Amino acid sequence: MATEHSKSSARIMIAPAVFVLLVWMLVPLCMTLYFSFADYRPLRATFDAWIGFDNYVSFLTSSSFLSSVVTTLQMVAGILVITIGGGVMLALLLDQPMFGQGIVRILVIGPFFVMPTVSALVWKNMFFNVDNGLFSYLFKFFGAQPYDFLSQAPLLSIIVIVAWQWLPFATLILLTAVQSLSSEQIEAAEMDGASPLSRFWHIILPHLSRAITVVILIQTIFLLSIFAEIFVTTNGAFGTRTLTYLVYQRVLESQNIGLGSAGGIIAVILANIVAIFLMRIVGKNLDN
Amino acid sequence: MARAITPRKKIMWTALAWGIGLLIFFPIMWTFLTSFKSEATAISDPPVWFIFDWTTENYSAVLARSNYPLALTNSIVIAVGSTLLGILIAVPAAWAMAFVPGKRTKDVLLWMLSTKMLPAVGVLYPLVLIAKYFGVMDSRILLVVILMLINLPIIVWMLYTYFREIPGEILEAARMDGASLKNEIIYVLTPMAVPGIASTILLNIILAWNEAFWTILLTTVNAAPLTKFIASFSAPEGLFYAKLSAASIMAIAPILIMGWFSQKQLVRGLTFGAVK
Amino acid sequence: MGRITLDKVQKKFGDVEVIPPLDLTVEDGEFVVFVGPSGCGKSTLLRLIAGLEDVTGGEIRIDGKPATDLPPAKRGLAMVFQSYALYPHMSVRKNIAFPMKMAGMDKAEQDRRIAKAAEALNLTDYLDRRPGQLSGGQRQRVAIGRAIVREPAAFLFDEPLSNLDAALRVGMRLEISELHKRLDTTMIYVTHDQVEAMTMADKIVVLRAGHIEQVGSPLELYHAPRNTFVAGFIGSPKMNLMGGEAAKRHDAATIGIRPEHLDVVDGGGTFIGKVGVSEHLGSDTFFHVHIPEMGEPMTVRAGGEVGLRHGDTIHLTPQADKIHRFDEKGLRIE
Repeated sequence: MATEHSKSSARIMIAPAVFVLLVWMLVPLCMTLYFSFADYRPLRATFDAWIGFDNYVSFLTSSSFLSSVVTTLQMVAGILVITIGGGVMLALLLDQPMFGQGIVRILVIGPFFVMPTVSALVWKNMFFNVDNGLFSYLFKFFGAQPYDFLSQAPLLSIIVIVAWQWLPFATLILLTAVQSLSSEQIEAAEMDGASPLSRFWHIILPHLSRAITVVILIQTIFLLSIFAEIFVTTNGAFGTRTLTYLVYQRVLESQNIGLGSAGGIIAVILANIVAIFLMRIVGKNLDN
Repeated sequence: MARAITPRKKIMWTALAWGIGLLIFFPIMWTFLTSFKSEATAISDPPVWFIFDWTTENYSAVLARSNYPLALTNSIVIAVGSTLLGILIAVPAAWAMAFVPGKRTKDVLLWMLSTKMLPAVGVLYPLVLIAKYFGVMDSRILLVVILMLINLPIIVWMLYTYFREIPGEILEAARMDGASLKNEIIYVLTPMAVPGIASTILLNIILAWNEAFWTILLTTVNAAPLTKFIASFSAPEGLFYAKLSAASIMAIAPILIMGWFSQKQLVRGLTFGAVK
Repeated sequence: MGRITLDKVQKKFGDVEVIPPLDLTVEDGEFVVFVGPSGCGKSTLLRLIAGLEDVTGGEIRIDGKPATDLPPAKRGLAMVFQSYALYPHMSVRKNIAFPMKMAGMDKAEQDRRIAKAAEALNLTDYLDRRPGQLSGGQRQRVAIGRAIVREPAAFLFDEPLSNLDAALRVGMRLEISELHKRLDTTMIYVTHDQVEAMTMADKIVVLRAGHIEQVGSPLELYHAPRNTFVAGFIGSPKMNLMGGEAAKRHDAATIGIRPEHLDVVDGGGTFIGKVGVSEHLGSDTFFHVHIPEMGEPMTVRAGGEVGLRHGDTIHLTPQADKIHRFDEKGLRIE
């Protein structure tokens, strides 16, 4: 397809992007790796360059690690269930004939473009607040006792906030997938006597399975590093400390760099496990 | 599909979809309404909806706070700057990968994407150290560079998928027609690539604008963009709902509007072509 | 002028030799068709001539001047691509004007040539439209228009009709032949369709796996295919090739008989078989005949309307002087 000349200039054109990403990936990561084997606590002026796997051992065996992993998993799972379930239903709904479909789409997509700090604060103050939040009015209106969401059910509250932000993403991608289903396939199923429910189960859902997988993988990668929403709502208190947040606290709040770096490396490894699956799918898609 | 849709069914779907759509949009709507209330009205019991004394005093109050205009400027500089810098580096790379694919092109692309999967906390402290070493903590240039780097894989990827849609034969036709490389770029490539580049820029400004890890942790005052500015409201001082709403609306309005224009690109940009 | 000479031209992609060293001369004003099955290297050969690919070895000369290292733009050739490769953001007028603009031709001359080309190609009413608003046939004409305004030394066509429907294809085939007669310029045309090759070419180059199997006029290829590959590739329906006893009787490893050279006789005959599928075209009838001692059914062209049905017994005799004989290497025996 190309001449020798264009091949060599292609290499020169790709070089800057590869170079900056290589530096970006390798330099800080190697530093973190280096610190993870050191006892480094700047506030106490401690620096011991090699203490072996001590940091990993104490990070992995601490109770906060285990609880942070559990919290992370609960949070990610909760958000995934809401966004995928809601996303599939919304996508099917938006695919129906209706008036003003474009406007409904715009309404549904809105939350994705709200910056995380804004959505967290708006939900925290104007909805969840026990004194003046809208939910409290709603509870009172139905004669129930107002509920302090962020201290009584902090994890659920954060799940709601983040799910609200990511529901549009899932919906949009699933809608794209729904629309790519050929109407002939549905019609063929109808001719074969399939009921609406079995059409959903045997035709639509299998067709969506790939898109659902992609949504799960991409969201997981982004959700594993949720930060701002926790930062402005609970600041990691009340059992909302995820792995990301725990590492952040070790590194920047308690300034135990060695321990935090070991945690960081563990977070990188966990994220990579998810990433490998995503890469497989993307890679396969590149071929055709 | 040549199937008859009964008006009743259509009206039913319409009502259901609008209902759910408005419910999902409600928090944004409510923020918008609250931003025009007085602080007292904002927390009135029961809540008021549309009938109240609309006021813009919250907007003037927020604007008067000395750090709002600075935060806005920072957001614009960081989002636009990082995107344009990314485009500058990504266009040649994506162009070369799309039109002169080699054996390793696919691996390079996937590797680039994999850097995007790196959790930020894994490199947090080294970044702080490096920034301090170069004396760029809390500076715009630092965030421009970092946000460029975290979004570069997406930029390369999006441009690559757009460029790959330009048929190679057209560029060969231009070459046969006697166009020099310069003319090929000016008359054929650029006009065909501009829509894709524009969409890429749009989506990446949105992503950079809303980035809330590095912008919060690497800035204090001077380079703090709107994400950080809004986060400062998390410690409330008395009645502040209306002002919070006004600040929020100002922070999200431009991006919301841009976002609505880039719906389609969103799918392409964030799924790396895995969903079509 | 447009005499193109290939001297030991060779092309490798990595270690794969797509075109082994090859010699070919295309005379000025000739209509040459490269034909062969897909993957035979015909498009690569065309692209080497165009300069869109670098040659690995050998030399290309255009009108005697070395062109091997010239970029495509400097070779004075025009190309019509399979996908037409029109610039989607330019009007038809601008598409056609583009090569002239690149050559820095003055505006008045550009307009004159555009008008002339548009007239010749029936595009006058469409000059201000975008390619996206045109039908397949019209796009094809725009692509040709863009090629002719340059008045090139030679035209290169890369499977230009494969995206058109059957009816349009026949029309465009005639138009291109007509264009060749009118312009009297060298044309090199790549196709996998032997009907296009037979109907349009002055000279056909049959390629297989990068090798030239035979070069000759359509009738030379029809009457005297140099080997079994050319024999099977040229002609429609395909020549019947058979080995075994039937071939031995003619002192050959393989013999070939074209369907039109088999006569249906009432009794006796060289071959006796059963009629399988028959295709009635009105003017002709094609029978697929199953003969017990042969693996593949034999195709026979009978006259207008022959009253044989599925399962009937048929007696066939080949016309003695129309039997092609090939040796065990598949080469023609004269």
